[in-house]
Amino acid sequence: MPQMVDDNHTQKMLIQDLNFYYGSLRALNMISMEILEREVTALIGPSGCGKTTFLRCLNRMNDSIPETRLEGDVLLDGEDIYSPGVDVVDLRQRIGMVFQRPNPFPQSVFDNVAFGPRVLGLTGGRGELEAVVERSLDRAALWDEVKDQLKSNALELSLGEQQRLCIARVLAVEPEVILMDEPTSALDPIATLEIEELMRQLRERYTIVVVTHNMQQAARVSDKTGLFWLGELVEFGKTATIFTRPEEERTEAYITGRVG
Amino acid sequence: MSQSLRGEYDRQFTQVREDLLRMGTMVDQAIAKALESLQNRDRSLAQRVIEEDEKINDLRFKIEEACLALIATQQPAATDLRAVVAAMSIVVEMERMADHAAGIAKTVILMGDEPLLKPLIDIPRMVKLAREMLQKSLEAYVICDPNEARKIADRDDEMDLLYQAVFEELLEIMASKPGSVQRATYLMWCAHNLERIGDRVTNIAERVVFVSTGDLKELNV
Repeated sequence: MPQMVDDNHTQKMLIQDLNFYYGSLRALNMISMEILEREVTALIGPSGCGKTTFLRCLNRMNDSIPETRLEGDVLLDGEDIYSPGVDVVDLRQRIGMVFQRPNPFPQSVFDNVAFGPRVLGLTGGRGELEAVVERSLDRAALWDEVKDQLKSNALELSLGEQQRLCIARVLAVEPEVILMDEPTSALDPIATLEIEELMRQLRERYTIVVVTHNMQQAARVSDKTGLFWLGELVEFGKTATIFTRPEEERTEAYITGRVG
Repeated sequence: MSQSLRGEYDRQFTQVREDLLRMGTMVDQAIAKALESLQNRDRSLAQRVIEEDEKINDLRFKIEEACLALIATQQPAATDLRAVVAAMSIVVEMERMADHAAGIAKTVILMGDEPLLKPLIDIPRMVKLAREMLQKSLEAYVICDPNEARKIADRDDEMDLLYQAVFEELLEIMASKPGSVQRATYLMWCAHNLERIGDRVTNIAERVVFVSTGDLKELNV
């Protein structure tokens, strides 16, 4: 059962002693982290530190990579997502993912958002589907921009709009957790701020875990920040604390740019 | 871990620190000259202290602007951020210290040619202590030494004791010689300005502890 961490927050995911191996290489080393419901958790760290591998462990995206192995527990609402009975399709509906580069299907805006609900059979008639598409686009702060071009090819949208469309596509299947892997790295500064603003809004309903190379982005959007380094979680805590008075020397060195 | 990728930040912050130390020297000199003008009854020197206060005010704003620009353009974090924020507080404290020095100088001008009520003994001691505390607090800031900062804050007790001694002595004189009230009050003002300078050095020491440890708390309460 999910645990109340304090009066305002419930534990959404709990990761305990997680190890992950690519063949004999240990990419993650005893990671433990508690992710709270309706918070934005940012994962930062240098390239190759394991943050994306960790993110992909949270909805079993690494399952398909050959010769990988995972140890430890990843719990969603107290249930182990790696236990044998778990349906991965159901899991990924509950824990959606947004990628580095926008990857809309070469179809209409409408069909992109409607894709998930159709495949999963989540909606009844056309009217219900239209409502889901509108609601999802609205929650992705895109409805006003695209409501008159729902039949246009999604690839005609700007990159920023495409990324928000991909977020709408995730929202359409009513996820509980949204994983974002450097969601703004392909975007210009304005589109980046739009996505960041969107993340703050989405946090009202969803739990978000975001991997970012942009430390200021982590500082701006997240409630908690975790610093990964060589496969270890060096420090994890409130973002305001991490960016003003980190406890670990390696965190201080990384966020002040004194690494070598 | 030691290689800095923040060359531009480091360059800009070094400039802030140098300006801050320069301001510290100006404030130190203002305090010294204020005493000298009192000891020598030198009204033109007192006038200079008052005029030079403007330069200290200007430098304070220059440093504040540089700190704002640093935050806006370089996004410092952790110790770097605390050092910049502390610099902004420290310059305000120093600017007020210079106002206290100017306050003494204004008193010297008000005193005109009237002879001093009594020989100056404790007030020069207070000046010596204030200058030492200021210099050491800035050294502690530069080397980020919280222990040194705490020692400096403790020395404010010495300042308070000296002020108390001056206060009681002057009160006694005023009680016994009612005609001396005005001249005694002038000296009281001077001593009070110095006592306030001690308090402001304590505030600087608090900022040094904050830079080093992240703890925001009052010292010597």
